[in-house]
Amino acid sequence: MTPLSEYLLSLADDRLILGHRLSEWCGHAPILEEDIALSNIALDCIGQATFLYEIAAEAEGNVRTPDRMVYFREAIEYRNLLLVEQPNGDFARTIVRQFLYDAFGISLYDRLQTSSYAPLAAVAQKAHKELRYHFRHSSQWMLRLGDGTDESIQRTQHALNELWQYTDEMFIGGFPAEEVIGSGAAIDPRTLRTGWRNSVDTILSRTALTLPEKDIRMQSGGRNGRHTEHLGHLLTEMQSVARSYPEITW
Amino acid sequence: MLVRTRRSHGEDHAKDDRVTTAAVHTKASIRALLDTIPDPEVPAISIVELGIIRDISITDDEVTISITPTYSGCPAMHTIQQEIRQVCREHGIVRLTILTILAPAWSTDWMDDSAREKLRAYGIAPPLTVAASPLLQIDLPAVPCPHCRSQRTTLKSEFGSTACKAYYYCDVCLQPFEYFKSF
Repeated sequence: MTPLSEYLLSLADDRLILGHRLSEWCGHAPILEEDIALSNIALDCIGQATFLYEIAAEAEGNVRTPDRMVYFREAIEYRNLLLVEQPNGDFARTIVRQFLYDAFGISLYDRLQTSSYAPLAAVAQKAHKELRYHFRHSSQWMLRLGDGTDESIQRTQHALNELWQYTDEMFIGGFPAEEVIGSGAAIDPRTLRTGWRNSVDTILSRTALTLPEKDIRMQSGGRNGRHTEHLGHLLTEMQSVARSYPEITW
Repeated sequence: MLVRTRRSHGEDHAKDDRVTTAAVHTKASIRALLDTIPDPEVPAISIVELGIIRDISITDDEVTISITPTYSGCPAMHTIQQEIRQVCREHGIVRLTILTILAPAWSTDWMDDSAREKLRAYGIAPPLTVAASPLLQIDLPAVPCPHCRSQRTTLKSEFGSTACKAYYYCDVCLQPFEYFKSF
């Protein structure tokens, strides 16, 4: 493992875990169109993750395959943000989680298009295109729910209050990004905070939603493998077939 | 600008005693072969017309075809690779490498006018140019109905039966239709 491969792994884990969460909606979304939309976005996330795992494996020197990375790592080895592993909850909570991430992801992948590491720049170009309509989708729902009925506003506000504690982590420097920022391969997450906040404020200003109180205790640790209990449950389900029948093909 | 992310080798030495060299093929002839492969999800157009064939190169006895995915999660990419392999094998190309490249990212702007017309005739509204429908705007643009060509249409869902299509409804001829999203 190198700082670069760890960085790529952290990006891949974000996309995979978020994609897996979204895929849990397949067959359960409130309306058919939304079922299709969430599954569609889930596919994009998992597809992007696949590309990212491939270049991470290459950067590691092909000592393990992407499948090994996904199915045979423990929660403590996962590097994803705490935000993306949070359970779906109700539809409002899923949308708020998606919106908070998309507003971050869209500027992250915009900047990564000029990463000095060419394989990452190529993946970013693809991912950024897709994130643009992911962000449009989650923004539209924020407007609809946050400026909708009393119940939709109350549920969305509740989700925002609950998930806000996981937003700070997106902008914390440190390993693994820190080691590869100098080479131009990674983006310094601290530089993304202002843009993200502006995107969030722009959408929220058109709704009845308000930002949570300032004194919320912010959570972090995902990048170092310190996760909330939810990731373990997610991995148990996601990895069950691969671990029951290792190396199986079909 | 071009980055290989996935290499898929196929050396079908087994029971193929036909021409074992790519020498009889040219880039143009291989492109023509690929043009016979319909897009698995939108069979009105070929994978060449879809714009995903990015490069064909031929060395002494090996053909390399570079393809680019439409969407990262497009489930048809696997099928497309299988079909490319099969068509090539049927035409004596036994040493084939398929490369997946990601940059530059696929765009519907690569689809030419004849492909767009085929989509329309098939009942799918062809993609507007990317410039005409910026991805960041909050609403999608008006899309002309592929049946009556009216501009009075309504977006029903940005996400349709495949990743590349949205659902619209024509307010004039009252027909639902799919729109191949500009991307």
